[in-house]
Amino acid sequence: MSANDTMPHLAVRDLSIHFPTDDGLVRAVDGLSFGLERGKTLGIVGESGSGKSVTSLGILGLHSGGNARLSGEIWLDGDELISAPPEAVRRLRGKKMAMIFQDPLSAMHPYYSVGKQIIEAYRIHNDVSKAAARRHAIDMLGRVGIPQPDRRVDDYPHQFSGGMRQRAMIAMALSCDPELLIADEPTTALDVTVQAQILDLMRDLQREFNSALIIITHDLGVVAELADDILVMYGGKCVEYGAAEDIFLTPEHPYTWGLLSSVPRLDREPTERLKPIKGAPPSLINIPSGCAFHPRCPYAAESGERAKEEVPPLAETATGGHLVRCHLSRARRREIWENDVKPILETT
Amino acid sequence: MITYIIRRLIGAVIMLVIVSIVTFAIFFLVPRLVGATPESMASRYAGRTATAETQHLIAQRLGFYDPMPVQYGRFVKGLVVGAEYDTGTSVEKCPAPCFGYSYLTQQPVWPDLVDRSRVTFSLGVGAAVIWVIAGVATGVISALRRRSFFDRAAMGIALAGVSMPVFFTGMISLVFFSYYLGWTVPGGTYVDFTVDPFQWAYSLILPWVTLAFLFAAGYARLTRAGMLETMNEDYIRTARAKGLPERTVVVKHGLRAALTPIVTIFGLDFGLLLGGAVLTESTFSLNGLGKYAIEAIVSNDLPKVMGVTLLTAVFVVIANLIVDLLYAVVDPRVRLA
Repeated sequence: MSANDTMPHLAVRDLSIHFPTDDGLVRAVDGLSFGLERGKTLGIVGESGSGKSVTSLGILGLHSGGNARLSGEIWLDGDELISAPPEAVRRLRGKKMAMIFQDPLSAMHPYYSVGKQIIEAYRIHNDVSKAAARRHAIDMLGRVGIPQPDRRVDDYPHQFSGGMRQRAMIAMALSCDPELLIADEPTTALDVTVQAQILDLMRDLQREFNSALIIITHDLGVVAELADDILVMYGGKCVEYGAAEDIFLTPEHPYTWGLLSSVPRLDREPTERLKPIKGAPPSLINIPSGCAFHPRCPYAAESGERAKEEVPPLAETATGGHLVRCHLSRARRREIWENDVKPILETT
Repeated sequence: MITYIIRRLIGAVIMLVIVSIVTFAIFFLVPRLVGATPESMASRYAGRTATAETQHLIAQRLGFYDPMPVQYGRFVKGLVVGAEYDTGTSVEKCPAPCFGYSYLTQQPVWPDLVDRSRVTFSLGVGAAVIWVIAGVATGVISALRRRSFFDRAAMGIALAGVSMPVFFTGMISLVFFSYYLGWTVPGGTYVDFTVDPFQWAYSLILPWVTLAFLFAAGYARLTRAGMLETMNEDYIRTARAKGLPERTVVVKHGLRAALTPIVTIFGLDFGLLLGGAVLTESTFSLNGLGKYAIEAIVSNDLPKVMGVTLLTAVFVVIANLIVDLLYAVVDPRVRLA
């Protein structure tokens, strides 16, 4: 396919997911574009209700409710998913693209053993005997670091600890060797000590399986070590998108600054309070006009009426490939970052 | 798992003992407490014309003068190993389980109970098969097509089903299908399964459907509510994310979880039903336990009433035991409890 040569393995173009409801149109995702190669990791970051989970569900064709309106294009390995019949997308699901969910206890069926659930996932896409699938399930459980996998394979989810459950969930997602793995808040429901283990495991397995990985989180700390690229979402739109080092070293959107300031850090004085972003995330039915972030943006006044009237375009910054959706000028953003935000973040 | 089963079995036995105590108390202890004398209780056996002397004699033979615990012991012994009655001229053996003799016919109660149970059991099993299949299927489709025409129509009919008593729906269906269309037999004809399975089913089809309609309505509503809940669970999304076909997602992952409360209710309903579907049996003139109980109550035939009561309790206890065991099969989390 000719499109394949120039296109990344996963290419999302101008993706919008809208849900008509009785209260109005919910614009969960609006004009989102990004690309991802195999072996690379993209972190999608944003507050609750920023549309990040809907994006991942949309890619898998799992957006709930038959009345969701999708537009744009999702290309995975040369196949366009939005225009594809649901049955075709179903066949890809679990095989070429898999998902890890936030809470492994509620995401696994309580009535089936862990092994059965992995076997089921494997046999749907692979024509193998039950015994072979079982061997594969045990092998997968071993690879995600579950001790005595041949014994634990018959245990039920409630007999696993939280971390072990998430490992089993990962084993299930990887059982068909997917090209794309989406992890939706994979560590949020876990103990802090287990979080690091799971993130390490995911990094190792991603190398081993060479899959493209999307990590969805509200926690910049989670993606800091893992992600190659970071996409910051706000009100269903991408507000900043670029290489991870750009986002962490020279973030240019006031919202990203806010996110960075609200990450708790051990190296700071305990007396110092976290700086939450003022205000609440916007309702996706009533997204503020102009720049969606303007009601909460401390620098909105500088742009005057434009902030309320004009949606800022997603424009490239000085560094190539780094995109920001902001009315402030490049120079002014640099200035605020260097003078106002960075010094506060760096104080110890 | 073994301990779970043992614990449930012990629980069931204890339950049966309690039931026997309560039943005994209702029929023998309570009358004494509210003023009945051994003689007046014996008069039930002796008939209206009996003299005080005869009553006294009978009361003595039946042991009504003994202390209550002794009487209860004899009662249980009769149930377990049988009893012997001294009729004055001869000793009559009442083989276990001895529920005593009918006041009216002087016949032992137990053979009657067995006989009547066959009819009630036939009625219950057939109806249960129909109502579970129809109710659950309707509930699932309603839940999946929520607010569709099917859903609204089915739930409307279900509401009607729950609200309309069997003697109404039964009469209507009898008039329509038996007398007007002639498709089914009128009430009162029961052919035993061992005689002719086809005739058995044919003679029961109308009572089955009538009784099933009543229950199916409730099960449809219950299944619908359960499915609406489980289909929103995270594990359903996981099942879809695995790429399972929708049918597998619905049946294997959704329905499996939604069935648990239905199994519970089914145990209770079915156990109770085996104790006699009074209205259905009366409407269709089926000589089952329910009709038997009514006849017994109307004629003040205490041993019969007691027999039906005890048997019903046993059915309910057994049905619940089976449900408890099924529960462990259905939900692995129960096995640890």
